Order: sequence, then structure tokens, then C-alpha cells
Amino acid sequence: MEMSAYPLELPEDDRPMVRFMNVTKSYGALTVLDQLNLDITRGEMVTVIGPSGSGKTTVLRMLMTLETINGGVIYVDGKPLTHMPKNGVLVPANERYLRKARSMIGMCFQHFNLFPHMTALQNCMEGPVQVLGLPKAEARARSEELLEMVGMIDKKDQYPSRLSGGQQQRVAIARALAMRPKIMLFDEVTSALDPEVIGEVTNVIRKLVNEHDLTMLMVTHQMGFARDISDRVCFFYQGRIEEQGEAEAFFTNPQRERTKQFLSAVKAAD
Amino acid sequence: MSIWDFLLQFGGRLTSGTLYTVAQFLLASVVAIVFALLSGLGKLSRNRAIRWASIIYIEIFRGTSLLVQLYWIYFVLPLFGLTLPKFVAGFLSVGLNIGSYGAELVRGAIQSVPRGQWEAAYALSMSPAKRMIRVILPQAFVIMLPPWGNLLIELLKGTALVALISVTDLMFEAKQINGSTFLSVQAFGSALVIYYILARFLITPFMRWCERAMARKLSRT
Amino acid sequence: MSFQWKWEFTWAILPRLMWATVNTLLASGIGYAIAMVLGLVFALLLRTGWKPLTLPLREAIEFIRSTPLVLQIFFVFYVGPQFGVRLSPWVSGMIAIGLHYSCYLSEVYRAGIEAVPRGQWEAARALNMSTRDTYMRIVIPQALPPSIAGMGNYLVGIFKDTPMLSVIGVAELMQTANAIGSETYRFLEPYTLVGVIFLLLSLPTAAFMRQFEAWVRRKLGM
Repeated sequence: MEMSAYPLELPEDDRPMVRFMNVTKSYGALTVLDQLNLDITRGEMVTVIGPSGSGKTTVLRMLMTLETINGGVIYVDGKPLTHMPKNGVLVPANERYLRKARSMIGMCFQHFNLFPHMTALQNCMEGPVQVLGLPKAEARARSEELLEMVGMIDKKDQYPSRLSGGQQQRVAIARALAMRPKIMLFDEVTSALDPEVIGEVTNVIRKLVNEHDLTMLMVTHQMGFARDISDRVCFFYQGRIEEQGEAEAFFTNPQRERTKQFLSAVKAAD
Repeated sequence: MSIWDFLLQFGGRLTSGTLYTVAQFLLASVVAIVFALLSGLGKLSRNRAIRWASIIYIEIFRGTSLLVQLYWIYFVLPLFGLTLPKFVAGFLSVGLNIGSYGAELVRGAIQSVPRGQWEAAYALSMSPAKRMIRVILPQAFVIMLPPWGNLLIELLKGTALVALISVTDLMFEAKQINGSTFLSVQAFGSALVIYYILARFLITPFMRWCERAMARKLSRT
Repeated sequence: MSFQWKWEFTWAILPRLMWATVNTLLASGIGYAIAMVLGLVFALLLRTGWKPLTLPLREAIEFIRSTPLVLQIFFVFYVGPQFGVRLSPWVSGMIAIGLHYSCYLSEVYRAGIEAVPRGQWEAARALNMSTRDTYMRIVIPQALPPSIAGMGNYLVGIFKDTPMLSVIGVAELMQTANAIGSETYRFLEPYTLVGVIFLLLSLPTAAFMRQFEAWVRRKLGM
């Protein structure tokens, strides 16, 4: 598709929170994502599942602009994210545009990536103070409120090295939320955790789904959890969406052969 | 004077200086390697006297400057009845100095051979000397070869100081030529380039070759 | 000349050597300051990944690292006059030492920065931090502790290389000891004292740097 065929902005009546439009990602000869089209509506919780190498994590990383894309355009809230308008067509976004465009997106990582030289509270305050320019007192109040919400307020002055994996991940969620994102991305946030602490992290996410109107995109291997809280599930296979649907229906009545195979393989492994 | 005229006129002296530098480098390397092995092993010895002798050697030569050591060996040792020719004083100082740094590489490499290797050799009832020579040192060599490559470059650079006790090496010739012609860029510049060629295109490739040869040998046996 | 150690001579020359020690320390300090700043500039320039810049810079750093400092000192000192610029021994000495060690320090910085896990960069990006803030607040604080050992080594290294400045007549320890030697024809005491002064200063510095590294690690909660 020609670059000029992509709209500079999505029309008022057709503005999902996120739109992937013909998005392609490849590393050299290896195509990780092939012409992906995916809409996520406001307030929706979408879970991405699939075998490893299916491109599911790449979807999140592209949305966070951690990866550049090789084709297509991603729109967020109707405006292009990966591109910017210039002389009436879309061109690849520069750093300045990207910083503005991605400000409504937050992300949590598999390995938490807390800053080791800052306490839990300092980790949460870092973005609001340095990036949003909030006064320290306000950033502190906001951060403490969020640490309270994730149940980490009594550990707020601890350094990450003194916290368990589950505790670190909860702080990481608070840190991302402190930026007041409209979209939250969860990239296998429970994969690096010991089984007994997975619950404390999934409970926080569950709370977010119930109490906030965030738009969320999650990659996970926890099928039960995905089924519980997702509005919609997308099954990725070899860089394409093999099947997607409303969570309950997807798990009880998958249509495609590959989906059935994957689900039964996962179940057998559990 | 163009660089070609310059090289035509002084090429002979620069070549002779280079040969002295190479000779100093080779002899100092032998001294450095011998002292590094002896004191590196000595520092791990159970014998207190050997251990302390090694530590004193290492700390004195690492804690002071090569130039100070060179002057001391050349100017002060004769007062104690030990007069060394300047050529010998030169490579001996450089070798002793670099050897003290090499000792730490030897010790570090020996200690980073996995504990299981010691235990396996021990379980085979090998004598302590056998354990060291047959099992530990070959593995330690592979570990310490890359940092030795850097150290030998430092050694080459160190040999330039022997010019200050009038060994007629490359540095000395450059200084002499500069003194008589005031063509500083050409004199010092060509010496710098020659040192660079020795380091980058002889020493470094040779060490790489040693690393590969060692790795091959170790994987075959 | 005699090999007998003369104490009264020792006491007589000690004050002069002490003053020279101040010059030696000053030269080390200035040289190190230049090297730290210039090294950081080189490290950051190399990180731009812009080939027309990084390839020649890398080669230049390699060149300076593999050629003798004493020759570089001569070069800087004598090349100026050939083009009508006269640099004082101090200025040329500081330029040569600062430049020489900046090449080593840039390598220390590079290794330190590369040791910071990718996830830290990504987390900073996910928080929408600017490149500047990412370096200043996230990457450099974490790159610092593992770099301290290397930085300390090169501080001691500069200190031990300052005697080379004597070749262009900077009045530091070695030059002073040479002067005393040629005035009095006694070499035993001045050269030995210089050695002892170096030992007394460099061994504690090395020990201090180890303590300092542990302190910084604690301070940064690592």
C-alpha cells in the first residue's frame, strides 16, 4: 500500500484507541509480523497468546515504539504513532514526535526493569517529576497512592534488590501507572515469577480492569487468567492473527485447528 | 623537507633504532613472563616466605614508576657493586615492571579455573605440581592470554623509556634526529607510526594467533 | 660517590622533594580531569554509531593507546614550535597525558555503559524519558560503580606516568631528583626517596579506590 493511502488522522466516527494498519516487522529475511491489522477499542482488555516466536511480544514492543516497523502505520487515539504528517503525507516519526505520541502508553516488562539505584517510591516518582515536570510533592502523593493500590506502600523506601519478584512487578505497575497512561501494555509480566507470587500480580491487574477505564494489551501464558479478565483474545501464529474472539467463546469453542492444538498443548503442560 | 626525503635520509637510523626496540621488547617479554609466572604462583604458595617475597616484588614494582625503577637500577645499583650495561638495565627494568602486572593476571587466571577442575585432579591423586602443570595452568593460559596481549603493548610502550639511559632504540633515534634537524613532526611522527605498526600489526595479530592455537589445542586434548 | 645512606643529606633534600610532590600531584590531578572529560566525550561520540565519525575516532584512540606516552609528550612539546606555536612544558605535558588517558577512560566508560541491561533503556523509554535524562538519571548512575575500579587504576596510572614529564623539564619529582643528583653527585637518596614517595602515595590510593567503589555501590542501593 502506498504511503499516501494512509490517512493523516482517523475519521471521528472510526477512532479505536489503537489501530494497527498493515503493520509488518521483519529482521532481515525473517518476517515476524506480516500485514497485521488489529483494532483495540477504548477501555478494552485484549490478551495476545500464541507459541513463542509467533510475534506476540513484538506487537507490544512496536506499540511502545521499542521496535521500529518496516511497513504500515500504527494509530493511537486516531493519530499516527509511528509516523507523522509532513506536507500532507505520513513520514516516519522523528524522536520529538515519538516522545509526544507515546506519552499516553505505559508498559510493564517480564523482568520488571526497575531502576536498581532508586527506591520503590523514587522509581514511581522518576517519570512524573522528570518527564511530566510535576512538583515533587504532587508526584510523591500520586506515587504513594499507587503504591498503596498495589499493596507496596510499606516497602516504598526499599531498593529493588531487597524486593521479591512479585513485589518488584507490583512496583513496576505502579511506576507505569504514575504516568497516567491511557493504554497499558503487559509483556509476560508473570513469566519470571515464582508460582506462589503470580497471584499477587494478577490480582493487581484484575483490580485495574475492574476499577479503571484503561485500554489494555497483555501477552501472557496464563490461560485461566486471560479467560477471566479479557474482553477479547487474539491467537498469533507465525506472525499473523490465526483466530480471535470474545474470551469465553474463544476458550470454550475455538474454531481453527491450530488454535485447538495450541490450547490442548498448553492445557497438557499445566 | 618532504617525508620521502626525510625517510631517505634518516631511514637507516630509524631502522637501527627499531631493531634495538624489537630486541628490548623480546628480552623484556621473557623477563616479564618468567617473573609473572614465578611471582603469580608464588603469591598463591603455602610457603610464607615465598608468598611474601612475591607480594613485596609485585607491590614495589606496581606501586612505583617504571622510570624510577629504570633510574634506580641503572644509577643506584652500581653503588651496591652491581653495574649493569645500559642495554641490560633497560630490558631488565621494563621486564620486571611489566612482570609485576603480569603476576596479577597469572594469579587471577589460576583462581578462575573452576573449582571442579582442582577437585577432579585431586581425586585422581595427582601431585600438587602435576595438578598445576597438567590441569590448571593449561586452562589458566587460555584465560589470561587476551589480557596479556594488552600488557605486551604496554611493555612495548615501556621500552621507549630506555632511550632516557641512552640505549639507542627507536625513541632515542627520533630524539637525536629531532635535536639535529628540528623536524619534530617527521622525527617523532615516524617513530610513533613505527611503534603503532609494531603494536597493531605484529604484536596484536601474534597474540590473536596464540589465542586461537591455544583454544584449538585445548579443545583437541 | 658511596653506597652509604646519608641521613643528614636525606633530611636536607626532603623539603625540596616534598614541594616536587605537590607538582606531581597537581600534574596528576589536572591530567586526570582532562582525561575524564575528554574520555566521556569520546565514549559518547562512539555511541552515536555514525560511521564517518566512529571509524576514524576508533582508529585514533587505538593509535594513541598503542604508542609510547613519552614519545607523545615529546611530539606535543616540539611540534608547536615547528609551526610557530610555543607551548610551555606544563601545557604540552597536560595535553599529552590528558589525551593519552582519555583514550583509556573512554574504553572504561564504554564498558560501563554497555553493562547496563537493555531493559533499563527500555523502561526509561516506556516512561517517555528524554535521551538526556535516560543517560543522566538511569544509565550513568548504573554505569558508574563498575567503572570505578578501572577509573581508579588509571588515576594511579597517570600518577605513576608523571615522571615522564621530566623529559621536557616539568619540575615534578623525577626532574627534581635528577637535578639533585647532578648537583650533588648523589643518586642513592634522591632516587630511593622518589620510589618511596610513589609507593606511599599509590598503595593507599589503590586501597582507597576499593573502599570508594564499595561505598558508591551501597549509596546507590546496589
